[in-house]
Amino acid sequence: MKKSAFLGALTVASIAASAAVAQDASTVDQIKERGKLNCGVTTGLVGFAAPDANGQWNGFDVGVCRAVAAAVLGDANAVEFVPTTGKTRFTALASGEIDMLARNTTWTFSRDVDLKFEFVGVNYYDGQGFMVAKDLGATSAKELDGATVCIQTGTTTELNLADFFRANDMSYEPVPIETNAEAQQQYLAGACDVYTTDASGLAATRATFEDPSAHVLLPEIISKEPLGPLVRHGDNNWGDVVRWTLNALVSAEELGVTSANIGELSASAGDNPEINRLLGTEGSLGEMLGLDAGWAKRAIMAGGNYGELFAKNIGEDTPIALARGLNAQWTDGGLLYSPPFR
Amino acid sequence: MSDMSYVRSEMLPERAPPASSVGVVGWMRQNLFSGIVNSILTIVSLILIYMVLAAILPWVFSPTWNGTSQNDCREIVGNGHHAACWGVINDRWQQLLFGFYPNGSEGGADQRWRPIVAFALLFVAVTPVLFNMISRRMNWVLLLAVLGLTGLYLGGAVGMIVGLVLLGAAGFVGFKALSTDKEARAAEIEAGAKRLPNPLIFSAIYPFIAPWLLWGGTIWLPIAAALGFVIGYFAFVFASRALGSLIGIIVAVVAAIIWWMVLTSVFANAVDSILPIGLEAVESRKFGGFMLSITIGVVAIACSLPIGIVLALGRQSDLMIVKALCVGFIEFIRGVPLITLLFVASTLLNIFMPPGTNFDIILRVLIMVTLFASAYMAEVIRGGLAALPRGQYEAADALGLDYWKAQRLIIMPQALKISIPGIVSTFIGVFKDTTLVSIIGLLDPLGLSNAIRADQAWNGLVWELYGFIALLFFVFCFSMSRYSMYLERRLHTGHR
Repeated sequence: MKKSAFLGALTVASIAASAAVAQDASTVDQIKERGKLNCGVTTGLVGFAAPDANGQWNGFDVGVCRAVAAAVLGDANAVEFVPTTGKTRFTALASGEIDMLARNTTWTFSRDVDLKFEFVGVNYYDGQGFMVAKDLGATSAKELDGATVCIQTGTTTELNLADFFRANDMSYEPVPIETNAEAQQQYLAGACDVYTTDASGLAATRATFEDPSAHVLLPEIISKEPLGPLVRHGDNNWGDVVRWTLNALVSAEELGVTSANIGELSASAGDNPEINRLLGTEGSLGEMLGLDAGWAKRAIMAGGNYGELFAKNIGEDTPIALARGLNAQWTDGGLLYSPPFR
Repeated sequence: MSDMSYVRSEMLPERAPPASSVGVVGWMRQNLFSGIVNSILTIVSLILIYMVLAAILPWVFSPTWNGTSQNDCREIVGNGHHAACWGVINDRWQQLLFGFYPNGSEGGADQRWRPIVAFALLFVAVTPVLFNMISRRMNWVLLLAVLGLTGLYLGGAVGMIVGLVLLGAAGFVGFKALSTDKEARAAEIEAGAKRLPNPLIFSAIYPFIAPWLLWGGTIWLPIAAALGFVIGYFAFVFASRALGSLIGIIVAVVAAIIWWMVLTSVFANAVDSILPIGLEAVESRKFGGFMLSITIGVVAIACSLPIGIVLALGRQSDLMIVKALCVGFIEFIRGVPLITLLFVASTLLNIFMPPGTNFDIILRVLIMVTLFASAYMAEVIRGGLAALPRGQYEAADALGLDYWKAQRLIIMPQALKISIPGIVSTFIGVFKDTTLVSIIGLLDPLGLSNAIRADQAWNGLVWELYGFIALLFFVFCFSMSRYSMYLERRLHTGHR
């Protein structure tokens, strides 16, 4: 009896001690000690995160993870990608299993406030759209009265769809589906006239069709889906690191810093003071973040600036062929607007 | 006027049966066209089968093995034809088998021989348990051959020499085993020839080897873990001599648990710093594909049977607390879907445990799936216990056997034999249930099929991936099913 009580006390004490140790160290220190960034990604979404045949993860969200890893650890490959599903992603982040989540997660009030997360920015402005066969002859979503619609159940898209049709006084018949793969099959088999999900997903889906030109994306975007990386409350310094890494990628594009010319630009201080501050040849921004001067340079070199990442993974030269649209720099009429590096 | 009558005085020779009742024609007349209705049914069935095959076979046999993407496959097949795009399997079959296990692409060596060896050794370890037609010597031949091939694969001078020596030994023992039949061997043993050690020794060691092969790390950790049993044994021997057997058991368990909880890692680290022998460590996150399914399935199957037996006995026990605990456990686990338990493992435990604790996700899943399978196993075995006639229990009592002896010698052999179909059904069910882990973000074959579709080249391919996965699952489940039938025949002692 005495022995087991002693053992129990020992266990509790050791757990408490390890917890105390864990809470003392900041996230950045933990990552440095571990030598790897634990980054939550999706279990697979075309263009945003997918493993290749060798098990290497690629994609637009993955690019953000790699940039952060490069900034903090100096190695874009020092990332442990943790695949998360829609159901496990938030607990994985809240429990500390992952350091950050870059998993096409929509920034909403309740997620930010109620779930106690901190969205550090937006890396893709998405919105819900519609895809129909060209034969249907519809040119606007407002002509879809009475249509059958393939819709993923249990998502915000379902609610948005209901709102949109009610607001426009139209009726529709939902065909509930579970996954995107199922939706593709159903839509191609003619089980529904319309497939609705995020516009990026629609574009990726259409690109896989035997004859993509026989299907059109309707111009209406009926919801706001700002997708961005997030961290948990409680370590603001870590949130700053992720936020400014993302901002560095955006600013780099705005300032014309690319992975091609970054070596030259960062060799010595140039004419543009903001580039100098960004790349650490002037000022001490890296120090303020608790990193070294070359953090942003490494982040940009990991996969290129925002524009390069976009072009490589989901841009117009890829099969997904997404236009920049809302995701263009503010100077080009888009919404990307990084606060200044000063 | 003669009364002529003819009486045959010898038998006529047997004539061949008419052509319409033997051979192919006869068989068809008997089985397919034995009446008008049956003939119509046969023809309709044939047409149906033809239509199904005509639709499926051209799809299956498509020359797309080397396709590099879905569009490439379409070009190979030509427009308008629907055919499978097997390029996706060609590109990803290794991933479907091994998940993210290090394959040398990130630098470092290709480690995938380790799961293969672990899998091959699994067969070596289970053959003495599962089959009685394989002789003791052939079992050692198998083990030596697997280890020898591993040595050859690993290469290097040492690997080559060790591999060749082991293969040579395997060949020698194998030749001896094949050249002497059973009686000759029995005579040899009678005359004093040395028998090879019991292969069950290896089966007992295997549970320590397999995790080491799969997860890697220092070899001293599994050795230290095994030492826990040795320590527990000696503690039992000494304590039971001094204090009686019940206290002996308690002391042994406590000693072993202290060893495992506190001293194992210290010991392993200490020895490792003196003599570092080990394999490159592989994190659980790298597990995936069929390797993950098989790992979870094998552990759950191997652990659930003994736990299930204990639970089934506990449920029938006269001891109130034991009975209440067992009934509570079984009913609770059976009342909850496996998905719920998996969510508890993946998310709830994370929240309850202090931040920073690193409780391996696969270990958590293994525990949950094992508990789940055990509860079902307990009920299956209870069915077997209930089917035994009361007289068997009474006969055991009448022989003066104590509880454990009665269970071991009389009750369990019969109860387990009765429950074989149910037990194997549970095994198969558990193995297939491992695909549920894709819900919590582990990339088992089904989870991987989604990840593979997220590659733009393969987006939209469904049937090929699911077909491949289904085929592999079928191979495993069908083998288990056939094995259970073999076992039933082998144990059929003629009570019917």
